[in-house]
Amino acid sequence: MKQTAQDIWVFGDYRNYFQTRVTLQLLSRAGDLAVKTGSAVCAVVFGHNLDEYVKEYIAHGAHKVYVIEHSSLKKYSMENYVWLMERLAKEYKPDIILVGATSFGREFAPRLAKLLGTGLTADCVGLDINEQGILVQTAPAFGGNLLAEIITPERRPQMATVRPGTFQEIPHDYERKGQVIKIPLPKDLPKERLRLVHYQRKPHRGQRIEDAGVVVCGGRGMGGKNRFKKLFDLARLLGGEVGATRPVVYANWTDPELLVGQAGKHINPNVLFSFGVSGAIQHTAAIRDAGLIIAVNKNPNATMMKKADVAIVADANQLCMALIKELKKRIRS
Amino acid sequence: MLKMIVCIKQVPMVSELNWDPRTGTLKRDLAEGMMNPACHHALEAALRLKELHGGHITAITMGPPMAEEVLREALAIGADRCILLTDKRMAGADTFMTSFILARAIEKECPDFDIVLCGCHTSDSETAQVGPQLTEELKIPGAAYVEWLELKENVLRMKRLSDNFLETLEMDLPGLVTVTTSHYQPRYVPLAGLQDAYDKCDIITLDADDLKLKIAGIKDSPTRILKVYSPDSEKKNIEMKGPAKKIVEELLDKFGRKIGGEIQKDLKAYGQEQ
Ligand SMILES: Cc1cc2nc3c(=O)[nH]c(=O)nc-3n(C[C@H](O)[C@H](O)[C@H](O)COP(=O)(O)OP(=O)(O)OC[C@H]3O[C@@H](n4cnc5c(N)ncnc54)[C@H](O)[C@@H]3O)c2cc1C
Ligand SMILES: Nc1ncnc2c1ncn2[C@@H]1O[C@H](COP(=O)(O)O)[C@@H](O)[C@H]1O
Repeated sequence: MKQTAQDIWVFGDYRNYFQTRVTLQLLSRAGDLAVKTGSAVCAVVFGHNLDEYVKEYIAHGAHKVYVIEHSSLKKYSMENYVWLMERLAKEYKPDIILVGATSFGREFAPRLAKLLGTGLTADCVGLDINEQGILVQTAPAFGGNLLAEIITPERRPQMATVRPGTFQEIPHDYERKGQVIKIPLPKDLPKERLRLVHYQRKPHRGQRIEDAGVVVCGGRGMGGKNRFKKLFDLARLLGGEVGATRPVVYANWTDPELLVGQAGKHINPNVLFSFGVSGAIQHTAAIRDAGLIIAVNKNPNATMMKKADVAIVADANQLCMALIKELKKRIRS
Repeated sequence: MLKMIVCIKQVPMVSELNWDPRTGTLKRDLAEGMMNPACHHALEAALRLKELHGGHITAITMGPPMAEEVLREALAIGADRCILLTDKRMAGADTFMTSFILARAIEKECPDFDIVLCGCHTSDSETAQVGPQLTEELKIPGAAYVEWLELKENVLRMKRLSDNFLETLEMDLPGLVTVTTSHYQPRYVPLAGLQDAYDKCDIITLDADDLKLKIAGIKDSPTRILKVYSPDSEKKNIEMKGPAKKIVEELLDKFGRKIGGEIQKDLKAYGQEQ
């Protein structure tokens, strides 16, 4: 018991394993933190037929993997997983629990934190250990224009969620050794009150804009439906997705699905292109997690230009065409 | 009769806000407030259920006295009763404390509720934690990020998109949902309704003593803000202008590696290799 008191746990969120590598990214960051605290990095995973994931977690840096495997856990279940994790955390007393901010994780973590009577910081962009050995969680605050450093000084475990793509996974190494701790399914697992009647993988067009690494966003400045369509060519070349502002959706230049903003989707691409967008807060509130922002606007004083890393003063449509042409050349080379 | 509770938060309308660097909390009194968009959608979902099945909607908010405004707005749109939780001792509450206080107020004022509806997240703190935590506080089943609801007898059927899965879920009531902004487009607020809302109905105002709570928002919150700072300085803010072709070349020469990340292609390399 004593030895495990300092462990750092990562929730094994393996659904969409190939798209969402957040568990592996967290194992990597947990490894950095563990060096400072002298703790072990543990993955905790529930489900059925988990061998493959257990191997992956060890190959990606987990020193220990706690596994509860049972045919009744085949389907992802919020209530079951929260209940099991609470049970394990109360028994093994980890110092830190990290959860990927997938849709599942973003519901799982707050419920777990509540049951454990501890704090939780959402969507951390940085995690570190201070001199007192406390986890310092950096997260966007107050509409995302500010960053806050947050700690949970007294209660344990310390808990944080982290969006996919925030940290880098370490390359897998199947030579790595780890301890696998198999725990039988507790007999008193309560009956689920929330019943999953039906589920299906979304028949998605490639990927969802929320998960896209590159988003090409167009606003009214694109000038028309046909011109707006060019953005799809650009997005395709970059392996990305297209987003739109509200006037674009209202004018029916594209699908409401693609609306980016308070009334639409929040996105967090590594690279965001913004063509002919003025930068109203209802729109920019949803793009603040974007990495590199490249804005194109004929008005150098547009708010969007101030929010950009690269502010290009040009006609949106002409620049889009020029970029497509140049990209085609470079991709082929 | 279907008894619904909608948790509504007032959020600042603008993004440039004053905050107290000492406590790290927001000086909310300086910011003009509006109803948090997701809460607005949750209210709309409740109104649609009410139209179909009849019912009674209680809107509840915790915040400074001026948060009364969003309750008036809720009344104008169709809520039946409003509760304002306001107390200096509640200020600075994190999601853990907020959900605790909301739960105690719900238990006191409407213990026989059928459905609690929350927004999926707020535009200011954006934690998406209060709804799920309230589920645990009230010890009822719940589902987050619900896009669509339907009531049959005592069973609530829900649809949501969870990661890459379209899920259909069911639970017996009472239960809690947090509603996304994708489906329940809020109705227009009639100006006349807003007028009436000021005359029509009183707002029940409760403080910590009314709820028999011995609390201190900041002290009792498990999390503590160490410091708040502006990351904006990180923006490189390079300006480029001139002929489109030249800009595009410059852009890719400078950022080609990052831009090509998704297709695993260093778009910078071109030119040097030739
Ligand atoms: C409650 C509420 C919710 C909202 N929710 C959302 C939301 O979710 N998402 C959203 O996007 N909006 C939302 N809005 C609307 C938002 O306030 C703005 O009106 C909207 O984002 C503006 O879109 P835009 O930038 O495309 O258009 P505009 O503001 O009209 O800006 C067009 C820009 O293009 C530039 N431009 C024009 N011609 C060219 C050219 N040839 N080349 C280059 N640049 C050019 C102009 O200089 C200007 O900066 C909401 C509003 C409200 C009140
Ligand atoms: N102070 C509050 N008063 C009432 N409801 C709240 C409050 N804070 C959060 N909520 C509810 O919880 C949801 C999610 O908020 P958050 O966890 O802050 O993102 C909101 O959409 C509201 O429904």
